[in-house]
Amino acid sequence: MNLQEILSPRLGQALRPNIWDAVALILVIGAMVLIVYGGRQTTLPLSALDVSPVSLDPTNLPLYALRTTMRMLLAIVCSIIFTFVYAALAAKSRRAEMVLIPLLDILQSVPILGFLTFTVVFFLNLFPGSVFGAELACVFAIFTSQAWNMTFSMYQSLRNVPKDLEEATQSFHLSGWQRFWRLDVPFAMPGLIWNTMMSMSGGWFFVVASEAITVGNTTITLPGIGSYVALAIEKQNLSAIGYAILTMLLVIIAYDQLLFRPVVAWADKFRFEQTASATAPTSWMLDLFRRTRALRALTYPFAALKKAISNLRVAWPKSLMMPREKGPPSRVVDAIWLVLIAASTCYAGWRAYTYLSATLSPADVISAFGYGFITLARVVVLIALATLIWVPVGVWIGLRPRLAERIQPLAQFLAAFPANLAFPVFVVVIVRYGLNPNVWLSPLMILGTQWYILFNVIAGASAFPTDLREAAGSFHLKGWRWWVKVVLPGIFPYYITGAITASGGSWNASIVAEVASWGDTHLTATGLGAYIATATETGDFPRVVLGIAIMCILVTLFNRLLWRPLYAFGERRLRLG
Amino acid sequence: MPSASVAFASADQGTIMLDQTTKANLLDIRGVCRSFPKGSGEDLKVLDKVDLTIQAGEIVGLLGRSGSGKSTLLRIIAGLIAPSSGDAKCRGETISGPPNGVSMVFQSFALFPWLTVLQNVELGLEALGVDATERRKRALAAIDLIGLDGFESAYPKELSGGMRQRVGFARALVVHPDLLLMDEPFSALDVLTAETLRTDLVDLWIEGRLPIKSVLMVTHNIEEAVLMCDRILVFSSNPGRVAAEIKVELPHPRNRLDPTFRQLVDSIYARMTQRTEPKTPALEGIHGTGVGMILQHVSSNVLSGLIETLAGPPYNGRADLPVLAGHLQLEADEIFHLGESLQLLRFAQLSEGDMVLTEAGMRFAHLETDARKKLFAEHLMNYVPVMGLIRRVLDERPSHTAPEARFRNELEDYMAEDQADETLKTIVSWARYAELFAYDEQSETFSLENPH
Repeated sequence: MNLQEILSPRLGQALRPNIWDAVALILVIGAMVLIVYGGRQTTLPLSALDVSPVSLDPTNLPLYALRTTMRMLLAIVCSIIFTFVYAALAAKSRRAEMVLIPLLDILQSVPILGFLTFTVVFFLNLFPGSVFGAELACVFAIFTSQAWNMTFSMYQSLRNVPKDLEEATQSFHLSGWQRFWRLDVPFAMPGLIWNTMMSMSGGWFFVVASEAITVGNTTITLPGIGSYVALAIEKQNLSAIGYAILTMLLVIIAYDQLLFRPVVAWADKFRFEQTASATAPTSWMLDLFRRTRALRALTYPFAALKKAISNLRVAWPKSLMMPREKGPPSRVVDAIWLVLIAASTCYAGWRAYTYLSATLSPADVISAFGYGFITLARVVVLIALATLIWVPVGVWIGLRPRLAERIQPLAQFLAAFPANLAFPVFVVVIVRYGLNPNVWLSPLMILGTQWYILFNVIAGASAFPTDLREAAGSFHLKGWRWWVKVVLPGIFPYYITGAITASGGSWNASIVAEVASWGDTHLTATGLGAYIATATETGDFPRVVLGIAIMCILVTLFNRLLWRPLYAFGERRLRLG
Repeated sequence: MPSASVAFASADQGTIMLDQTTKANLLDIRGVCRSFPKGSGEDLKVLDKVDLTIQAGEIVGLLGRSGSGKSTLLRIIAGLIAPSSGDAKCRGETISGPPNGVSMVFQSFALFPWLTVLQNVELGLEALGVDATERRKRALAAIDLIGLDGFESAYPKELSGGMRQRVGFARALVVHPDLLLMDEPFSALDVLTAETLRTDLVDLWIEGRLPIKSVLMVTHNIEEAVLMCDRILVFSSNPGRVAAEIKVELPHPRNRLDPTFRQLVDSIYARMTQRTEPKTPALEGIHGTGVGMILQHVSSNVLSGLIETLAGPPYNGRADLPVLAGHLQLEADEIFHLGESLQLLRFAQLSEGDMVLTEAGMRFAHLETDARKKLFAEHLMNYVPVMGLIRRVLDERPSHTAPEARFRNELEDYMAEDQADETLKTIVSWARYAELFAYDEQSETFSLENPH
């Protein structure tokens, strides 16, 4: 599986002016403010929640693991439905695209655990007095961690459908709906499946983090591994943490073998390259399934149903479609649409401003920015350290194919494992030795995300062409010259892909990493993540909105000013072949 | 949809058994124009007043250079693009959207990689709502007809190019179209496979086993057109229009070595190398001869090689184009392209189907590398106006550098964006060979100095 080809659609390379990002940001912040406005009742007595208390008994762990997994799968289903609708809309309608894609960009940079604050309030008020609201909030949090890169990937694929296949579907009179299911969706499958699997891997972190959350006076603990760990931290029970880590390991192995690898192997038939892949991904589970008869018979009715639905002769509603080739678009409608966007942006902006300025002063804003820059500095230093350590290791492994074959899945596995389960171990050490939290809580941010750098660099080094290596050897290139002129340019695009994911993940992790507790001891590092986390716990919504807005701005700027240009540079100069 | 039981007589007899209702032409194109807006506000004409009719029972070929607009015309007929003006009618009805009774075979096969051969062939029938048993029967019959029996459950990535194009044919034939459109169907295949497919197709046509009435084939291969078509329409480029119509009355199956065949091929080569207006040397401000001359990229190696080949035995400075093309294994398109580049640089001349080296060309063939570069540079400055322009600008400026964008904008006043791209690429390549000026790709500037 060529990681490079599949992962690059994630970045959304469409050109668009920065003004749209600002517009999208204002719209998102405005929406948050409106939700808070609407969900005024933040006090909900705990007794109203019909939930059995979480216990530390290890025999409960399999049940908790099951519930955690169910939430994850439900979130994936919602993400897929969302992806189909959103990406299809953005790809087929030029006007929708103007707003939807910058919106997606901003949503991708909003810290997911920051979302949680608002959605908990919102969903709890939707279903007062029942645990269903809390479950929905948790599922929604996971959904927001998964949906965006899947949507980007599908949008990119829909925009890049090969012209001759499009012409073939048109000339054979396939209707719009038929075309969507027979051409667009299968073409988008490989990227979508890979991104879905990556999303699921990344989602474990958020499941665990969002099962036990305190928002103001509201505390939710849903039965699951995350709340088990939260209780263990409260009771200072280190062995319980150990059991939880073990259970999670088993769950992730099971998910990897029974879901991830079979689906990726199945999706190989959608690959668009017209030659059979040299190293097709294999899965023992898929082979097993293909050889059964009873299980396959079960799928026939579904296949028939799917065929019937996809063959409906329904066209897209004409008002929604903006066929791209048919002449210049109506200027008047364009103008009206822009006015509409401008109006909603202004309204959202004004609403947000009045809300925030009611309780905050410019000094608050400046101090929040200060915290933001501290966290930014942490992210930069950590990424640099991770690079210095893992790039040489990754290259060393990647250049040895047999070793790479065994270690790369391990690195992918480590990237999936929710690092926040391991945080308490570090916290215990810090507390015991009285270390400075500002320095020593930082590595937690990169604990789970450094593996992205490792496995991408391994992929890059494995894909390095052998003839270039042989040429370098025959010209006796050694030492730093070999690194600078041969290897590093070759793995650069892969490294950048891994680094972007790692840095995004680190920002997210900062909200749970900069604040850590063990029993009664609460450690806080100075930084934006701690700012948001403490504001959430005290129910201080204006500060939460401010913190999230600043994190969005910083992440987007960081991406635009550093990662995008580097990625474009890699694409232009350093692409091999 | 006409049933498959209508029989066809062979093409050379010219008599057709038809329903009474289709006495009208199958395809009627009158005065069709197609243009698209350029940066400078004017429109770039791709097709200019094209007239074309097709009756039932004939194979018509559209022969022209790459980029002459013949693919655009084919897509207008297929209903995929709308004409800017003019009348396009299929079976008496104006074409708006893909018409019924027309299907297309693509140059790149356009098969769906995730469907098997059988599923790909059934695709058109599914879209029309034909029920499953009937679909299966017709698809299997089409696969059998085209010689793919046994491959029904294979995926396209397991097939070779020739097999894939057969699937493309089966898919187009299974819906029983009246008119089969083919967009350079054999140009992506190797010589042997293409030949097999061509002869198979012609055999099926003369036996009347193809469930279609007529074929319109777009190609840039002159011999293929003469081999297969009853009528050949020669297309000229910039803008595209029908330059000549040639009837081929040889009986099928045709023999490439037949003297009449070879004469026909020669006359078409001559027709296509005939110049419509003499190209005068550089005159600023006049479209098409001045700076706005569209250049197509040919490497200096290829030009040198061609000049040397022409200068040596057995040609000794004069070669018959089809013979030369055959020896060098070049398509007609490629040899025209090379010949025109040489003609532009005044190293050779194309006339009446022959390529003749000029005196300068003869000299070039016998010089050493450095002297060749000097001669090349001299000819570039004299005969390619935009080279002179760039060199003058670089000489005048004190820094002796100029951004590429300045010249790109000027070129885009005269031609489309991708043509301007191609022209600039050629300029850079030739200027580097002739050591006239240097180009830095990172900063996209021309300069008089080589980087150090």
